[in-house]
Amino acid sequence: MVETFAALGQRNRFRIVEFLAAGPRTVNEIGEKLSLNQPQVSKHLGALKKAGLVQVEPRAQQRIYALRPEPLREMSAWLEKYRDLLEARFESLDELLEELESKKERSNGRRKRR
Amino acid sequence: MVAGKDGDFSRFAKTQVERVSDRELLIQRSFRASAKTVFRAMTEPALLRRWWAPKLLGVVLFECESDARVGGRYRYVFGRPGEPPLAFSGTYTEVVPGTRLVYTQIFEPMPHAGEGLITAEFTESGGLTLLTQRERYPAKEVLDGALASGMERGMRETLEQLEALLAEVGDAA
Repeated sequence: MVETFAALGQRNRFRIVEFLAAGPRTVNEIGEKLSLNQPQVSKHLGALKKAGLVQVEPRAQQRIYALRPEPLREMSAWLEKYRDLLEARFESLDELLEELESKKERSNGRRKRR
Repeated sequence: MVAGKDGDFSRFAKTQVERVSDRELLIQRSFRASAKTVFRAMTEPALLRRWWAPKLLGVVLFECESDARVGGRYRYVFGRPGEPPLAFSGTYTEVVPGTRLVYTQIFEPMPHAGEGLITAEFTESGGLTLLTQRERYPAKEVLDGALASGMERGMRETLEQLEALLAEVGDAA
């Protein structure tokens, strides 16, 4: 999970993932599209591959890079679970806040300015 | 996107969670209360005990200490009845009541994973308060610990999640 966050944290790697979302590409195609040189692209692809975000498919003389959706799905599922947890907690906070605010209004009575 | 400066907090009526960088999450949520009240509810033990572990999540807050002063400590001990308790603890590093709260966080079952840093900002407008919280985690295990702080398994697993994320990364397919 953190590997996924970390790999996507670098702007050019994020751009590569965006580009690969449209379909598999070669190193050259990625470099041309994103105006990066070949060693830069290879370095980023290496990091993305290590994080499990891309996989290599040999095709004829070329190496084609494709997106692996699993880590993205995992990250998305994690965020969604965390969001649900926080929302449950905050809904319980909503109830407490309502009570505190109504108490405050009562105790302020007519002295309340607004 | 960090929003809310314009005072329109309506899209934060439900909790928003975004990944904003390596190991950092941005959480935003609006509340129908003053910033001072929200801040109190998030720092005073007697109030924290009343909302932090809602019954719905199946976890109980066994202990809650919080000394919201710079250098003051906090500690939450929680868990499911019949299971070993878990704890988060840390130190407050910035405390501006009703405005800003910064604190370190350790997930005690993983002391070697290191400290996380949580920055909470409170913005009040039109009777609502927007909480903008950045959570920076030191390691994967701590992210998992954050989830262990109360979540029944298998609550939601839908393809929408993938679709949303693919839309975010610019899926053209």
